[in-house]
Amino acid sequence: MNGGNGIAIDVKGLTKSFGGREVVHDLSMQVKRGSIYGFLGPNGSGKTTTIRILCGLLTPDSGEGTCLGYDIRRDAEKIKRQVGYMTQRFSLYQDLSVRENLEFVARLYGLPDARGAARDMIKRLGLSGREEQLAGELSGGWKQRLALGACTLPNPQLLLLDEPTAGVDPKARRDFWNEIHALAAEGLTVLVSTHYMDEAERCHEIAYIAYGYLLAHGTVEEVIAKSALTTYTVTGEDLNGLAAELTGKPGIDMVAPFGTSLHVSGRDVAALEASIGPWREKSGLDWQKSSPSLEDVFIELMSRSKDNFQ
Amino acid sequence: MSAVDHPAPRREIRERFGFLRRSYAMLIKEFIQLRRDRVSFAMIVMLPVMQLMLFGYAINTTPHHLPSAVLLQEDSDLTRSILKALENTAYFRFLYEVHDVDDFDNLLKSGKVLFGVEIPRGFERAVRRGDRPALLVAADATDPVAASAALGSLGTLVQTALKHDLYIGDPPEMPFEIRAHARYNPAAASSLNIVPGLVGTILTMTMLIFTALSVTREVERGTMESLLSMPIRPVEVMFGKIVPYVLVGFVQAFLIIGIGVGLFGVPVLGSLFLLALLSTLFITTNLSIGYTISTLVQNQLQAMQMSMMFFLPSILLSGFMFPFAGMPAWAQYLGECLPLTHYLRIVRAIMLKGAAMQNLRFDTLALAALMLLAMTIAVTRFRRTLD
Repeated sequence: MNGGNGIAIDVKGLTKSFGGREVVHDLSMQVKRGSIYGFLGPNGSGKTTTIRILCGLLTPDSGEGTCLGYDIRRDAEKIKRQVGYMTQRFSLYQDLSVRENLEFVARLYGLPDARGAARDMIKRLGLSGREEQLAGELSGGWKQRLALGACTLPNPQLLLLDEPTAGVDPKARRDFWNEIHALAAEGLTVLVSTHYMDEAERCHEIAYIAYGYLLAHGTVEEVIAKSALTTYTVTGEDLNGLAAELTGKPGIDMVAPFGTSLHVSGRDVAALEASIGPWREKSGLDWQKSSPSLEDVFIELMSRSKDNFQ
Repeated sequence: MSAVDHPAPRREIRERFGFLRRSYAMLIKEFIQLRRDRVSFAMIVMLPVMQLMLFGYAINTTPHHLPSAVLLQEDSDLTRSILKALENTAYFRFLYEVHDVDDFDNLLKSGKVLFGVEIPRGFERAVRRGDRPALLVAADATDPVAASAALGSLGTLVQTALKHDLYIGDPPEMPFEIRAHARYNPAAASSLNIVPGLVGTILTMTMLIFTALSVTREVERGTMESLLSMPIRPVEVMFGKIVPYVLVGFVQAFLIIGIGVGLFGVPVLGSLFLLALLSTLFITTNLSIGYTISTLVQNQLQAMQMSMMFFLPSILLSGFMFPFAGMPAWAQYLGECLPLTHYLRIVRAIMLKGAAMQNLRFDTLALAALMLLAMTIAVTRFRRTLD
């Protein structure tokens, strides 16, 4: 058992192909117990596939590892007892009520008092008064809460959440993350995939995966530091024109508008500064050297990986 | 950025022939989807071919070579030639020769034979004395279609066949009497045949559809992914999905039999308990087959089509619409693979002939075997992963 050393997920060299297309390539990762691990990457990057391998829904073509100390190839059934998996698409029964869905899950896992467990969960989710509503009639935010409730009901040790907050409003998103932090504080390990940068920053550790390759991992600060990206923030007039002129200049890897400012980034500081030199003294423009945001880092990683793997 | 660099040329939307253009767009899309759906494509060819084959080759409404038994209480040259003559009519094929009345009755009751010819003791002597003894031909009239043609032509055919027999010569009239007895359904009422048959047919149809959609529905609605991530085994999923419908099927069977007895006066001569027990077996067999279908197909449309593919031969080859005994051997073998064939024998035998378990052993075992086969396929076919 790996339980003692505080590692919940420990996998090496996972590879998975569908129809000759490699979706996950030689992926290795470690997730500490009790931590919230963010899984980031563009659509189709292999996040869902990796999560499915971890919970035994897919068998890897090669690679090995353990999940909660159980072998991901041999002990899929044991892993299933300890893992709560929240699918990207709502996958509870739309034609069952909130209570019936929860009772179904509770019975399936063999909880001693299924009705009681469902009742407690309804209270915890703040769904009291809606327990007889059909799951299909709930709004997006409530559906997502219910789904989280259903996968935490059997007291799992590990939660795998696949883009749990896609299409959910900011308030519901915040509540959801507060809940996830509360669960992690209780000792639960959470692996969550997301597209949102603010959510990534709420994770203890993150991993960035694109086109099946794990490109960066660590804490948010580590990932930003490792990127060696220098970013200038420009404010002023005619930023659209400036963006068009700067794009493609040597040393400038990325130009991205952020509201009323423009982020100009590059890995090679000298070349970057040489290229922006002529515009720095221009009146009406204010240049500030800043540290790159996580989004800058990811977009840069993504454009780089596109060059490498496509 | 490319949108800025190469602005798409503005295409003018043409308003003329709008109706045709839009219909055409829809039509192209439908063709593409149809081409992708291999099973639907196969059905377009398979269903008509199957129907034609079954109707054209397998079905025969004036069946010949019907399985028969003879209760021989006297063995003489005359009786031999009478039996030969009966066989020469091409309606009868003697499979069993028994000497005991109970054996004779059991053969008819279990449906192993459709006709029984009884030659009484002292038959030949009575003929020679000119007593015109009776030759008893008992027919299983639970299926009036199968029995009627043979019974109808019995007298004249035998007379013709015996014409040149040296023992009888060419007398002006038959030296013995053929007494036909339509057992179990003396009035040849078709409702007595149809109602028990309908119990099986309706159950096949409804039970199949209930479970054929069950797994595909989970896959299509996305609930399968969740279900597979939970600790439940394929066998458990299967039982959970089958058992509720056993009850539904039971209610349905009760309803049809109730109406049959109440409105159409169909008797239930045998044990109600046995009928309920074997009906439950039949219901479970059909549910298992439906469930198997749902593990084999990709979507609900395919599930419906596969169910049709199973239902059609069930109707045609089981003996529900057309006499089973009249079909060629290959069609009979096919028919033996269908649960409805066995259930029809069971339900007709229990309701109309008062048959007991000992008469129905073969068909019961066949149903159980089919059920286990379907369940095994379903459990092995059920995918535990999304690979």
